[in-house]
Amino acid sequence: MWKRILYILIILILGFGLAFFVFKSEPKLNSNFENEASFLKNFPFRLGLDLSGGSHLIYKADISAVKTGEVSVSMDSLRDVIERRVNLFGVSEPVVQVQNSGFVSGEDEKLIVDLPGVTDVEKATAMIGQTPLLEFKIEAPKDTPQNAIVDKDGKVTLDTSPQFVSTELTGRYLEKATLQFDETTREPQVSLQFDDTGTKLFAQITKDNVGKMVAIYLDGAPISVPVVREEIPNGQAVISGSFTPTEGKQLVGRLNSGALPVPISLLSRQTIGASLGGNAVTAGVKATIVGFLLIALFLIFWYRLPGLIAVFALSIYVTIMLSLFKLLPVTLTAAGIAGFIISIGIAVDANILIFERLKEELRSGRTIADAVSAGFSRAWSSIRDSNISTIISATILFWFGTSLIKGFALTLGMGVLVSMFSAVMISRIFLSGFIFIGEGKVARFLFGSGISK
Amino acid sequence: MFIVKYKKIFLSISVILVLSSLVSLFVFGFQIGIDFKGGALTEVVYQNNRPLQSDLDNAFKTLDLGSVLIQPTGELGYIVKSIDLNEAQHSLLLKTLSEDGKSPLEEKDFNSIGPSVGRELTRKAIIAIILVSIAIILFIAFAFRKVSKPVSSWKYGLMAIVSLLHDVIIPIGLFTYLSHFYGAEVDTLFVVAILTILGLSVSDTIVIFDRIRENLKDKIETNFSDTVGRSLDQSYMRSVFTSVTVIIVLLSLFFFGPESTKYFALMLTAGMFFGTYSSIFLASPLLVLIEELQSKNK
Repeated sequence: MWKRILYILIILILGFGLAFFVFKSEPKLNSNFENEASFLKNFPFRLGLDLSGGSHLIYKADISAVKTGEVSVSMDSLRDVIERRVNLFGVSEPVVQVQNSGFVSGEDEKLIVDLPGVTDVEKATAMIGQTPLLEFKIEAPKDTPQNAIVDKDGKVTLDTSPQFVSTELTGRYLEKATLQFDETTREPQVSLQFDDTGTKLFAQITKDNVGKMVAIYLDGAPISVPVVREEIPNGQAVISGSFTPTEGKQLVGRLNSGALPVPISLLSRQTIGASLGGNAVTAGVKATIVGFLLIALFLIFWYRLPGLIAVFALSIYVTIMLSLFKLLPVTLTAAGIAGFIISIGIAVDANILIFERLKEELRSGRTIADAVSAGFSRAWSSIRDSNISTIISATILFWFGTSLIKGFALTLGMGVLVSMFSAVMISRIFLSGFIFIGEGKVARFLFGSGISK
Repeated sequence: MFIVKYKKIFLSISVILVLSSLVSLFVFGFQIGIDFKGGALTEVVYQNNRPLQSDLDNAFKTLDLGSVLIQPTGELGYIVKSIDLNEAQHSLLLKTLSEDGKSPLEEKDFNSIGPSVGRELTRKAIIAIILVSIAIILFIAFAFRKVSKPVSSWKYGLMAIVSLLHDVIIPIGLFTYLSHFYGAEVDTLFVVAILTILGLSVSDTIVIFDRIRENLKDKIETNFSDTVGRSLDQSYMRSVFTSVTVIIVLLSLFFFGPESTKYFALMLTAGMFFGTYSSIFLASPLLVLIEELQSKNK
């Protein structure tokens, strides 16, 4: 008996602890959120694009020029480059992922970019697709005619300043770019460090052109045209143009992120306005609460004491799930919330199977204590088997998944797994704790069900 | 038990429902959403008042955007369906909708899906449906491997699949009706709904079969049909109640939940309802029918 009471206490403490955690770590519920410990601040609910608003972009990577064995390497480096570019816009928690070609996903290598909170798709796609092109040019002989240059991406640019000709030195040989400020004028400058090949090229260029101008071109336009005073052997150069600190920072970021290893083209774009997402969150929360209350009423009216205990077990189940959503974390979408709501229904299912069985065992003349234990053990096989089929569907759905479906499958599958153990076990421990009320008429009434008796 | 006794009536009801769903499927068909066929969907809300639809229609006729379908939504909004748009076309569309800035608007939602993405999703959906079905047949055959007399366990699996088809076809029929009269479109959530019904329908059938399995082991009746009858007697209440609870939450999702999951909740409700109907009035009586045919042939 003491052991049972101990279990009940442990569950109660755990349940309240989790509920407290969910409450405290949610800015909308906790008015004192700003002053909480950083541990609590680190676990808000993660909302999917359809709820938070944002953009979902799918790019196709053109890997026709890549050798078969190197596809996955170049896709990974493509992801890294795009990730660095995306990070430049200061989006919170962007997701950039590669979807490799295959039997299920189709023959294209794809890159999926999720930008929460970004609704200006035009700007986002422009920034992602932009390839910064850094070139170093030297003065041309006086009689050079106007000409066009072809850069390494196959782009043809009309050279509007025919007094300069291209050299081999480009942003490809750049090792690192950093932002610094001129010591006297406090103007922002971008300092460049070349790699070994770049250092040699740069040394050669500066050696050959002492006293002449070397133009630094960005995206086909000169941004800085310094005069070379002496040979620079250490591979360091400084661009001081007329840019603001912010522009300087962006330029550094773009130069460091480098050129795309494979060309990409946009296949699909989805943008969800933040207001639409906000409405969906409110509606989802409302549906969950209403659904939960209706079920609670039904359980208590129909199953009396066991029903009340089931409602209690369900509340703990819900707090466990909410805590898992925060801790894992699970990105919640409208479909994900639907999956969670359905999992609540399924968790109740398990309890009903047990209570109906309990009622039968009582009717066949067992004592309450015996009926409780028989009810649980005999209902278990059908709970297990019926939940396994739901888990099978959820698993396949998760694997099949676009992000929308993944969200649904994950919350449903998790819900069924957690409910199989938590809701059933918790109901059982509590119900066994109540059998001390004996075999009297009141006890029999409390364990009965239905409208009559 | 009366369900087993009048099984032919209940079986006929199911047959009629399935047939009318199939007829509705062939007569009405589906409207396929852009998730599958590719295209663009733009939702805008005007700040003050929205321009006349005919004006916008005329404006779009002069542009090279293919056929553009405009539907009013809410008080001040339009949903615009078109071919999938690149960035230039997208800004042209917005410019036209705002009548070159005369009617200020806010873009609430924009989806542009390339046809190849749609094809990929279609393939994934078909593969998933096939895989779920196979996995479930295997699972049922496994779960019922110990009961092979008088009806072998794979036939339980087969009956579960028959009732599963029944549970999926009827909501699909309902959806074709919604699609025809209310413009519901087949999208990713539709496929999710179908797959979830597959899972829920089987779990419901298993609850009843589990009871038959237990009663066969305990030999509570002498013949198969009475055993099934008794099992139904003992388990139909819990089968109904378990479904009722799921239906309660689905209905609250339908009435209070997000706009995007409305049809989804409705389809699942129908799936759950007919799932319960089929596990009580279809799957088990069919088992009895099979057993009767078997003994006649002996």
